[in-house]
Amino acid sequence: MKILVCISHVPDTTSKINFTDNDTQFDTNGVQFVINPNDEFGLTRAMWFKEKQGASVDVVTVGGAEVEPTLRKALAIGADQAIRVDTPAVDGYAVAKELADVVKNGGYDLVIAGRESIDYNGGMVPGMVAAMTGSSFVNTCIALEIEGSSVTATREIDGGKETVTTSLPLVIGGQKGLVEESDLRIPNMRGIMMARKKPLDVKASIDASSETSTVSFEKPAPKGAVTLVEADNLDRLVDLLHNEAKVI
Amino acid sequence: MSVLVYTESENGAFKKTAYEVSSYAKGIADMLGTDVAAISFHAADAGDLGTYGVKTLHNVKDAKLDKFNAGAYADAIAQAAKAVDAKVIVISSSADSKYLGSLLSVHLDAGYVSNVVALPSSADPFTVKRSVFTNKAFSNTQISTDRKLIGLSKNAYGLKENPTDCSVVDFAPSLNDDDFKVEVKSVDKATDKVTIADAEIVVSAGRGMKGPENWGMIEELAGVLGAATACSKPVSDMGWRPHGEHVGQTGKPVASSLYIAIGISGAIQHLAGINSSKVKVVINTDAEAPFFKAADYGVVGDAFEVVPVLIEKLKAFKAANA
Ligand SMILES: Cc1cc2nc3c(=O)[nH]c(=O)nc-3n(C[C@H](O)[C@H](O)[C@H](O)COP(=O)(O)OP(=O)(O)OC[C@H]3O[C@@H](n4cnc5c(N)ncnc54)[C@H](O)[C@@H]3O)c2cc1C
Repeated sequence: MKILVCISHVPDTTSKINFTDNDTQFDTNGVQFVINPNDEFGLTRAMWFKEKQGASVDVVTVGGAEVEPTLRKALAIGADQAIRVDTPAVDGYAVAKELADVVKNGGYDLVIAGRESIDYNGGMVPGMVAAMTGSSFVNTCIALEIEGSSVTATREIDGGKETVTTSLPLVIGGQKGLVEESDLRIPNMRGIMMARKKPLDVKASIDASSETSTVSFEKPAPKGAVTLVEADNLDRLVDLLHNEAKVI
Repeated sequence: MSVLVYTESENGAFKKTAYEVSSYAKGIADMLGTDVAAISFHAADAGDLGTYGVKTLHNVKDAKLDKFNAGAYADAIAQAAKAVDAKVIVISSSADSKYLGSLLSVHLDAGYVSNVVALPSSADPFTVKRSVFTNKAFSNTQISTDRKLIGLSKNAYGLKENPTDCSVVDFAPSLNDDDFKVEVKSVDKATDKVTIADAEIVVSAGRGMKGPENWGMIEELAGVLGAATACSKPVSDMGWRPHGEHVGQTGKPVASSLYIAIGISGAIQHLAGINSSKVKVVINTDAEAPFFKAADYGVVGDAFEVVPVLIEKLKAFKAANA
């Protein structure tokens, strides 16, 4: 089985969000970039397929040279090969088109992406790649088993979960649950050394057009100070929730 | 030309989000000088869609579409969009709508913007505001395609009445085998519980609860308020609560009217998931807990003392206001 794991290079979860150039650009100053958490679960699941069932695992990111440390980290975790599509990630549609081209040319059976990137939260890339490559698609995937070309997957739905069956080729939008958090891999010294020798292929963009563009960013209006209520005066809390906030 | 809205239903009845996306679609239709058409699957009747401005409901009654199926639903909605010549299509942010949204966008070559929080600031160029960076910021985004697909954030627009007569017509999409590549085998859903996604009120608790055996009072508080229960990440990681309840940047987003956080410190990753809740109440022993900076109302105190009293006070309030 040939697996492609789509890796999004995103600001670390603790990042302070600021903008520059008249609020048109994300301010990367002092921001640590990491593998998108949803993708990390997928990458670890891919390693499981590689080790237990036999599979090759490539990772791919669409972006400039600045994303390479993130790809190297994925190689250090155990991916065989990395691909960087050399173009800025402008919108979900353009990214999906670039990825779909990689999928078609690489003959992948399984594409694992994260349910969403924690930067733009679009949640569109996995489904778009599936539609563009004519693959089956399972979103918010929390368990995945593959036998031959038969797939059994579980996905999270509002208020519960659902089990589905399908067949390869398949694209999933994965998340926590694909593997346990305690099973996530941290690159060790040997992995880091080996990653240096693994291929990181820079692929020219197909110049996919975008369908959307950010005109400007805004931050939420600052909120007022908290109203503290004494622990022995909870009648006041009930009153505030009823009469002031009007939520009960 | 019209605006098409996908109105979700369950057992024939529309969900509240169906009325919210309808209200929003009506706002766009007014900007564009057109009407709202809806598509639904197995709706029993037009429900209150007319109240929220929907003129025509295209109701699909195909036995193969009894259960939600993203591929087939996306194809059917795309066909309806073409049939009514929709320039704008509006869907919700439910798990199902997000699942089919990206497929629909490719079917229609429609630029897709999800997590939209307001009506377009301009119809030409078509510009909408969406939340990004897990609600830590907004992006004003332009859609350049002829057809546009909007995923509306929950609770962002609210319900707005615009009464009109809603007629119901049958809509029979032509589906193919490819639409059914993914087959649903079983659904495991606690039907008697309010879900985090649908809840108006969410009662959430963190590591401060000390152990799973102490969740009785959290559930009781949720019961009194008709709320869903949720938790912080370490709580679900330790197995005190199911994964589906974990709220935050790597868990579920919550967009409720009221979010009550008990024994949760308010780490940035947790706050990212609840920023779009309207009113936040925090109960924590530590007056320095970061959550107090994000909260509207706070009680500095021990949850084991505060929560039981709060339950009694709320019961009395409910009884007096029944
Ligand atoms: C990559 C990454 C992603 C993450 N994603 C998420 C996420 O999506 N969601 C999430 O929640 N976290 C997430 N986290 C974890 C986050 O950083 C915090 O560790 C977590 O939110 C803390 O949970 P907590 O507040 O329940 O526990 P703690 O930090 O242990 O805080 C417990 C709180 O309870 C209070 N308390 C103790 N006893 C009592 C009492 N008797 N009565 C009242 N209050 C009491 C304490 O004062 C304290 O404030 C993520 C972390 C990382 C690294």
